[in-house]
Amino acid sequence: MSVIAELKDVTKAYGSKIVLDTVNLQIHEGEILALLGPNGSGKSTMLKILAFIENPTEGDVTFLGENVNFKNTEKMRLESTLVFQKTTVFSTSVYNNVVYGLKLRKMPKKTRDKEVKKALELVKLEGFEKRNARKLSGGEQQRVAIARALVLKTKLLLLDEPTANLDPKNAGILEDVIDTVNRESKVTIVMATHNMFQARKLPHRIALMDEGKITEVGAPTEIFGKLSKNLASFAAIDNTYTGTARATVDGTSIVDVGNGVQIEITDKRQGATVVFINPQDIILSKTSVKSSARNTFKGKIIEITDSDSVVKLKVDVGKIFTIQITKRSFNDLGLCLNAEVFITFKASSVQVL
Amino acid sequence: MADILGDTIQALQLILSGDPGVFEIVFRSLFFSGSAIILAILWGTPLAMLIAMKEFRGKIIIKTFFNTLIGLPTVVLGLILFLSFSRGGPLGFLGLLYTPGGIIIGQAILVTPILVSIGVSSIESVDPEIMNLAQTLGASESQAQIAVLKEAINGIVLSDLASFNRAIGELGVVLMVGGNIQGGGNQTAVMTTSIARDVQISEFGFAIALGILLVIVLFTINMIVVILRRANYLVELAKGPYQKLKRSREAER
Repeated sequence: MSVIAELKDVTKAYGSKIVLDTVNLQIHEGEILALLGPNGSGKSTMLKILAFIENPTEGDVTFLGENVNFKNTEKMRLESTLVFQKTTVFSTSVYNNVVYGLKLRKMPKKTRDKEVKKALELVKLEGFEKRNARKLSGGEQQRVAIARALVLKTKLLLLDEPTANLDPKNAGILEDVIDTVNRESKVTIVMATHNMFQARKLPHRIALMDEGKITEVGAPTEIFGKLSKNLASFAAIDNTYTGTARATVDGTSIVDVGNGVQIEITDKRQGATVVFINPQDIILSKTSVKSSARNTFKGKIIEITDSDSVVKLKVDVGKIFTIQITKRSFNDLGLCLNAEVFITFKASSVQVL
Repeated sequence: MADILGDTIQALQLILSGDPGVFEIVFRSLFFSGSAIILAILWGTPLAMLIAMKEFRGKIIIKTFFNTLIGLPTVVLGLILFLSFSRGGPLGFLGLLYTPGGIIIGQAILVTPILVSIGVSSIESVDPEIMNLAQTLGASESQAQIAVLKEAINGIVLSDLASFNRAIGELGVVLMVGGNIQGGGNQTAVMTTSIARDVQISEFGFAIALGILLVIVLFTINMIVVILRRANYLVELAKGPYQKLKRSREAER
């Protein structure tokens, strides 16, 4: 796989504040690469550098085989575009928004109109051409922003938290679009996210970022499978708890994570321990289930998020657990907010970090 | 003592009969002030863009300077320009004193602080991401600046309008730089100066006619701008239900 862009020892500082610290990263042609990290980890800055609207304080960037001269990025910017986290639309019609970049590229009107129509169809906004973009809902505006970037067919598409602040329906539409353009048009995509579900589903590779550094790069299965310490250090990560472990006579250990929640693990541990339970490994039931699983807690559903075919729930059992179940299971169980439920998981499902 | 009723009737007669003497002055005023605004826009808008979009030392001082100049009495500016344009003055060689060119330049200078101050604050109130956005879509720096300017268009139009109102209604600059010359080849009498002169020579009918026309001109021009801005709104309003209908039909299909 050829490299479309590369950051070599890139550092970015604003005054004395270093936001990117000697970052090295290769972006492969045709891949979806997710930058996963908490707020302030340098994801947005990295995207801005790759969009050539921010220049690195130190280090080099190559793009399409050329070393980028940040004093003159006009030509490069035609092949790399960024969709901001905060949705920004021009105060004009949806059509004028989407056509803006094509006009700059001096595309003939007929072709322009056709391309705008196609892009709006892709984001499911057909017929919205003449509407005022500023009067659309947040989700619709973000879809306009995506269409406006997609229509340019740039070699590199950069998305900064594309689905943050969106309702599940709009987020789902955007995720489908990202997947489709990558598969069908072979567009290379770099997206910043702190949404674990998105990071697991969409990308081919994940770069973990923390405090301006890339701490790990790998396929989602690698990153999530072994669950590195870096990944767990994010406050954004669900189901990660710190507690004190004590060994039991059975050879297992109990980790007291506070608020009366004691999690049994298979490892023999003593003292401070960090544990993680994959949201997919937790069984949700309306009544207490008799099983071999060592951990069962009773709690209340405090949040339900619908995401395509799966439903993400947050259950408060003293600590808040995130559970992912299929939509079908969700419907079969007839769950609702504030419903009392039991969560169950095996001691062997608890990953100790 | 003026006969208010009689003079008002005479004023209306002058207006309704389309008195060439009165309307010549009205058109001259429009021409002078219109030209002054165009000239001021040519230098005021780039200046506003520069101040609003570039970061430099002393930016606040420059902004405060222009804000202060808005309140400068027109007679004071008139006096400064008179001294500059008079034969012994630094710009005397241009021969602008008592000429239409002098009035146009004088009014353009007068309105520049309004154009710049309102222009700067409208450009600064545009979402700062617009510049970046345009650039990520492939715009050069100047194209991105135009995109920002388009976003600020309402404020810019407002500053143009306020400038025109100030120019056509002011007396100090036109009187001192223009000299209120009536007749001959280099006429510089405009509505405001003519009103002042007509009152002095007790030609109240003319003064009232010009006064009424000045208010009508201001009202009409302001109204045209409001309607133009409204028209865009009305078009959008009309499109809304149509688009909704179209979408619901498509959904039914």
